[in-house]
Amino acid sequence: MAGPALEIAAAVRSAERSAVEVLDEHLAVINERDGEVHAFNHVMAESARALAADVDRRVAAGEDPGPLAGVPVALKDNLCTRGVPTTCSSKILDGWLPPYDATVVSRIVAAGGIPIGKTNLDEFAMGSSTENSAFGPTRNPHDLSRVPGGSSGGSAAAVASGMAALGLGSDTGGSIRQPAALCGVVGMKPTYGMVSRYGLIAFASSLDQIGPFARSVEDAALLLDVMGGHDPMDSTSIPDAVPALRSGLREGVDGLRVGVIRELMDGIDADVLARVNAAADALTAAGAKVDDASVPAAIYGLSAYYLIAPAEASSNLSRYDGVRYGLRVDGPDITNMYTSTRAAGFGAEVKRRIMLGTYALSAGYYDAYYGQAQRVRTLIIRDFDAAYQSFDVLLSPTSPTTAFPLGSKTENPLAMYMSDVCTIPSNLAGHPAISVPYGNGDDGLPIGVQVLAPALQESVMFRVAAALEDSING
Amino acid sequence: MADRITAADVAHVARLARLDLTDDELARFTEQLGAVLDHADDVAALDTHDVPPTAHPLPLRNVFREDQPRPSLDRDEVLAQAPAVEDGRFRVPRILGEAP
Repeated sequence: MAGPALEIAAAVRSAERSAVEVLDEHLAVINERDGEVHAFNHVMAESARALAADVDRRVAAGEDPGPLAGVPVALKDNLCTRGVPTTCSSKILDGWLPPYDATVVSRIVAAGGIPIGKTNLDEFAMGSSTENSAFGPTRNPHDLSRVPGGSSGGSAAAVASGMAALGLGSDTGGSIRQPAALCGVVGMKPTYGMVSRYGLIAFASSLDQIGPFARSVEDAALLLDVMGGHDPMDSTSIPDAVPALRSGLREGVDGLRVGVIRELMDGIDADVLARVNAAADALTAAGAKVDDASVPAAIYGLSAYYLIAPAEASSNLSRYDGVRYGLRVDGPDITNMYTSTRAAGFGAEVKRRIMLGTYALSAGYYDAYYGQAQRVRTLIIRDFDAAYQSFDVLLSPTSPTTAFPLGSKTENPLAMYMSDVCTIPSNLAGHPAISVPYGNGDDGLPIGVQVLAPALQESVMFRVAAALEDSING
Repeated sequence: MADRITAADVAHVARLARLDLTDDELARFTEQLGAVLDHADDVAALDTHDVPPTAHPLPLRNVFREDQPRPSLDRDEVLAQAPAVEDGRFRVPRILGEAP
């Protein structure tokens, strides 16, 4: 399945369709549906129309605008866009206009892509439902009473409902893959360091990665091909060249060794388990050797993550102090200004994580919590390495459940955190993982299956994802 | 779970984090942080004395670049986003003086 982005790019490059017409179709869907879904914080209609007109001019002049020619792309609102509001769905950044573009945004525009708007998220990407937004929740386009997942719920909902052909998210503990699963689209977290984070507003710097949302595996590969690769502006960006992912996509899975992670099949809803087992059967039928795999330390991932990520966040978010940008609440002296600004600007979940992280890093607790979580991180990496001695890729659910009702977990942070139990281990290890839609649950809502691979093994991971997609479409 | 973290601990951490909390927030966070830390007991109890910590998933070392001047962000564009500006600089409330 080529997917809408590849179809649009092919049609626009051959002048069969105009980029402006494609854009207008997507803006019409936004007009029609976004009142109820609320995927977007800000629609970039004017700048998008100017870019689309430019793409059309270049095609008319015989130039090739690039592999994303005329493709509307939704940007998570924690990616900086010069002169365009970038809020992180937080009151503390409401009204801020960044003075520069994120590298991924520049690369998308350079490839002919059309940023169509900034999408809603859990404030500063902290959450699993997109309910922690200062601007109100996003709803799941498949059932408006349910959450879209999070934190990149706006991008997932925009791509799922046809408001954009592609979307960008950031994934710190599952924030691309979990909403992709809950909205029935493809969502992927690349190897740590594969995609530049210059211009991504930091949450937890040893975990954050930018990745694509798409309605097909090949569309996701297309976007990653455009975004990936070294960037001197991000010192954590990997200097090696990124493999071209689309070329090998349909090479099949014959002879590949696929392991189903036993520890991540525990405590999962029965209808989700059934779809993971169906995916394993489909891969067996396609020639893969499927067996049980074990990553014992994965069960400690959730606890380790909810110490490491808040610790890093408490440091990263110290920059919101009312001095250089964003909200300021004046006070008699500077300390008072800091505390009043931060009290007024941050929502409950952000405060909770800053508190948890500050506690985990504070004198007397550092070693017991943060230090210990970092050692557990080593154990998880070792267990993955051992599993990959026997397997090329691993398989698991993406989310333990289908999309849950709005409000059902907001009062119980721990229950909300459990949504990320299957996605967190890949972030801790820095490995790539992808969620592929694989049928529906008993409630008729989408279920995603996760394919995990060792660092920089995106090619084999995408091949397996494509085989799963073919097995369910074919 | 009792007294895992007290309201006084939470108030201390809030001061470290430069956050003003209401009484209501203080009570709620004391309970919720306690629940998350209880859940972290499984990690705290693991024997890891011979396991090195991982701070970062990449084996990258220091990254250097040529020390050459290049254009930086536009000063006016940056200052236009600040809450208060004076003479091309960020303006802040009094830093030195009597304690509040």
